[in-house]
Amino acid sequence: MNNVQLRQVGKVYAGGVEAVRAISIDIPDGKFCVLVGPSGCGKSTLLRMVAGLETISSGEIVIGDRRVNDLDPSERDIAMVFQNYALYPHMSVYDNMAYGLRNRRTPKAEIEERVQEAARILEIGHLLDRKPRALSGGQRQRVAMGRAIVRKPRVFLFDEPLSNLDAKLRIQMRVEIKKLQRALGITSIYVTHDQLEAMTLADILVVMNKGKVEQMGPPLTLYERPATTFVAGFIGAPPMNLVPLPEGGLPGLKLAKVPGSGRLTLGIRPEHFELTAPGTGPHALDIDVTVSAIEAVGSETFLYCAVGGNGPEIIVRVAGKSEIEAGATLRAVAEAKNLHFFDDETGVRIAD
Amino acid sequence: MVERRSILDFIPHLVLLLGIVILAFPVYVAFVASTWDAATIANGHMPLRPGPHFLENYYKLLFVGTGSSTREPVGVMMLNSLVMAMSIALGKIAISLISAFAVVYFRFPFRMAAFWTIFVTLMLPVEVRIYPTYKIVADLNLLDTYAGLTIPLIASATATLLFRQFFMTVPDELVEASRIDGAGPMKFFFDTLLPLSITSIAAMFVIQFIYGWNQYLWPLLITTRDDMQTIVIGIKKMIVTQDALTEWQLAMATAILAMLPPVLVVIVMQKLFVKGLVETEK
Ligand SMILES: Nc1ncnc2c1ncn2[C@@H]1O[C@H](COP(=O)(O)OP(=O)(O)OP(=O)(O)O)[C@@H](O)[C@H]1O
Ligand SMILES: [Mg+2]
Repeated sequence: MNNVQLRQVGKVYAGGVEAVRAISIDIPDGKFCVLVGPSGCGKSTLLRMVAGLETISSGEIVIGDRRVNDLDPSERDIAMVFQNYALYPHMSVYDNMAYGLRNRRTPKAEIEERVQEAARILEIGHLLDRKPRALSGGQRQRVAMGRAIVRKPRVFLFDEPLSNLDAKLRIQMRVEIKKLQRALGITSIYVTHDQLEAMTLADILVVMNKGKVEQMGPPLTLYERPATTFVAGFIGAPPMNLVPLPEGGLPGLKLAKVPGSGRLTLGIRPEHFELTAPGTGPHALDIDVTVSAIEAVGSETFLYCAVGGNGPEIIVRVAGKSEIEAGATLRAVAEAKNLHFFDDETGVRIAD
Repeated sequence: MVERRSILDFIPHLVLLLGIVILAFPVYVAFVASTWDAATIANGHMPLRPGPHFLENYYKLLFVGTGSSTREPVGVMMLNSLVMAMSIALGKIAISLISAFAVVYFRFPFRMAAFWTIFVTLMLPVEVRIYPTYKIVADLNLLDTYAGLTIPLIASATATLLFRQFFMTVPDELVEASRIDGAGPMKFFFDTLLPLSITSIAAMFVIQFIYGWNQYLWPLLITTRDDMQTIVIGIKKMIVTQDALTEWQLAMATAILAMLPPVLVVIVMQKLFVKGLVETEK
């Protein structure tokens, strides 16, 4: 069993910076866990604590059935892929992959076998004699993956491994990492600040903010039922529209039913709007909007609209091309199941 | 356009050529002088072309020695200089690599104090601390030994600083990758850091070899026996000012010989040396 358990893990840096606060995560054997969050939220710190590159200030980390708090990185049976790959510049690709095995006194024949196997999987067999300098970014990325694979670790750790690649290669490598992880069945923790990467890779998605977990669970659960406005605003592209509702209601915005009392924030995703002519209805939500700008991507079109003509801005997604022009007034409607309500003060979702 | 280019190209080349001529001419004269006999030079009309005594002069110098003040063959002096320069260069590199490694990669008490102490020695070259250093060497009975000649010159702030600077440009991820790959500190040092430093080491070697080879004051103090003399001191002793009996052809030949090893080192290490000064292999 190669599950990973973080129990109340905390990190305080020497300067008194509290980078990670009492985080508990349970990653079952073979699952892919993605940590996502804005810059500086402590993702890398948490990952590096699992790797053993950073001391653990409080709490416990358990890999399999071993508490690893006091173990060296090399004894934790993990492999890490770094953002800038961290390949040894003076070693050939083969030696880069073999180095860790040699240090563990793996028999030569087995090293050869494992490196060739990894090279075959990653299609870098023809590069084995080259130095990292003579490789493209994508190839270096593969070698870094290869170095992780040959170790046959209990856990893979990735720290933004794709962020140095161009957009197209990123998508390609993303798919490959996913396939590879599935094929090898190795428990993985992956850090990114790209929400699309996070959504597509994760079995368990952990959204972090200021050193704490905002929400974790299957990616679609986070998409469908974000626990806080922070998660709502982080997951999805473009993110969920969050409209604070003032005391007397918002001109141009009509809700059929408002849950609970107190000040609320209404959340609704751009893709959950439908456009109708003004005056139809009533629906669970009716908003009269004026289109202020249009972004056509080809497969879809985003309308930037002002609620009630001069109220807060919301984004409405329309599939395909759109005939609508800037300045048009429309009615945007949505179904009750697609509405999210959050406490305006705490940002916490209101139970429904 | 083409003409302007060629003129623009021509001027720097002219300047360079002039520079080379100015620098090379004295060396050429020294070489020419080393190929004539004493009489030709003494009468003040030495020709500007090499003379017939090349082999004779150099043979006598290397294996027999001069007639007057320095009786040791120059071969022995060259060997002494070589031992000294090599020990200083290699010693400095070894010590500096280790101390830079300690300062950059380990967190120990008074780390910065240690670093600044090394730094401050920059202001205390041998010339400044010559008396205490001499006293220590004398008390340790190291006069007229290679150890006495080299050890006091080995500690080097310059090289430590250079290596520290280089180590700090090595990405932290490499250290971390090594740790995950199960390499301890010394293994990281030998497997990763040292190979990456090779160009810096070459540059340091060239600089420190020449520094060691050109030492004058310290060997002058420390060596009294003729067979421990270095070539730089040998040249000095050959030039006798009081009487006109200086064997100029031999002194010049010694100068030419003294020049060769540093030149050789520069030529052999040239590629690495330039690389080490201008770029880092990463
Ligand atoms: N060595 C350190 N000493 C002190 N504070 C640190 C150190 N490393 C990181 N921090 C702080 O800890 C917090 C979390 O840093 P961390 O690197 O984990 O962020 P991150 O989520 O990985 O961000 P990014 O997406 O930019 O990589 C930051 O506020 C950072 O300033
Ligand atoms: Mg980070």
